[in-house]
Amino acid sequence: MCGAPKQGGALAGVDLSTQTVIQGSVWHDGSPVAGAYVRLLDATDEFTAEVVTSPEGEFRFFAAPGEWKLRSLAPVGRAERVLSAEVGLNETTLAIA
Amino acid sequence: MSRSDVLVSADWAQEHLGDAGLVFVEVDEDTSAYDKGHLEGAVKLDWKTDLQDPLRRDFVDKEQFEQLLSAKGISNDDTVVLYGGNNNWFAAYAYWYFKLYGHDAVKLVDGGRKKWELDSRPLSDAEVTRPATQYRAQEPDTSIRAFRDEVVAAIDTKNLVDVRSPDEFAGKLVAPAHLPQEGAQRPGHIPSAVNVPWSKAANEDGTFKSDEELAALYADAGLDDGKATIAYCRIGERSSHTWFVLHELLGHADVKNYDGSWTEYGSLVGVPIAKGA
Repeated sequence: MCGAPKQGGALAGVDLSTQTVIQGSVWHDGSPVAGAYVRLLDATDEFTAEVVTSPEGEFRFFAAPGEWKLRSLAPVGRAERVLSAEVGLNETTLAIA
Repeated sequence: MSRSDVLVSADWAQEHLGDAGLVFVEVDEDTSAYDKGHLEGAVKLDWKTDLQDPLRRDFVDKEQFEQLLSAKGISNDDTVVLYGGNNNWFAAYAYWYFKLYGHDAVKLVDGGRKKWELDSRPLSDAEVTRPATQYRAQEPDTSIRAFRDEVVAAIDTKNLVDVRSPDEFAGKLVAPAHLPQEGAQRPGHIPSAVNVPWSKAANEDGTFKSDEELAALYADAGLDDGKATIAYCRIGERSSHTWFVLHELLGHADVKNYDGSWTEYGSLVGVPIAKGA
């Protein structure tokens, strides 16, 4: 359904030959940030999806090949990263300054 | 109906926690967030197990809704103040649902759980119990709920607003990008629908944009004020968010939410589908 599934964990059952997975974690001061809101924006900066990071600071999206922007929101601050995703696993890290 | 009748700020909510006659209700699809911490005194509703029929695809019926609210300790005289995760999607869905069953005194907390957390406002993990009530619901008000046949009939006639992301509208994705891209539906959108993603109506912290910004958003998208409107998404919760904006904040008279949405429409045999932006 539309609610965000539990973030992080194994990719069991995900077909990486067809799915474009964008995943990673949010960090601040050397520690993962749990409960951060991570937004996936498309190439025109339009909102596409949002998840809340796991206790280990992890997030995961199922997107499509192309240019994407990730933005994290948390009480400690925000971070942003642009990436180009391809079919398969695309991993990245968001560091809050 | 004005904004202050249907929407309360996080500050207002925090000041009125525990007031007699107010019941705060958190609505989520995944209620584990509630279990870890919720607004003091708030009860929880599970979008799936509480609000959907366990067997067929439909709402719980009037009697089941009465039993649910009675068990939660909500009475007909209470003002229900809803909030939740996912930018209030499921809280907006519950708002629409409460209205459907005739509960008029309902409000949304602007920004929902996200703003509350980003503001570092207090959360409680204490268990909440309220004495049971004898809740009585009205017959469902179908003037705010659209079914598939009237959606097909609305093509090129009424305003159809597809509130999914541009990539879902175009047929590039079949589900929001936090979910695996699987499903039986054909990708695309209903012909003549305009694409106004629900997210354009919200600020980054989950609060709604101003009435002026919202009015401009739908006018620019080509929504005809003189026509009735049907909003849809994938399963009807994001379109509840837009239904709330159009019907409750902007005061459009005839707005329906099509909760069958793309999971139904995209599976229908023989109906027209459009693709592309």
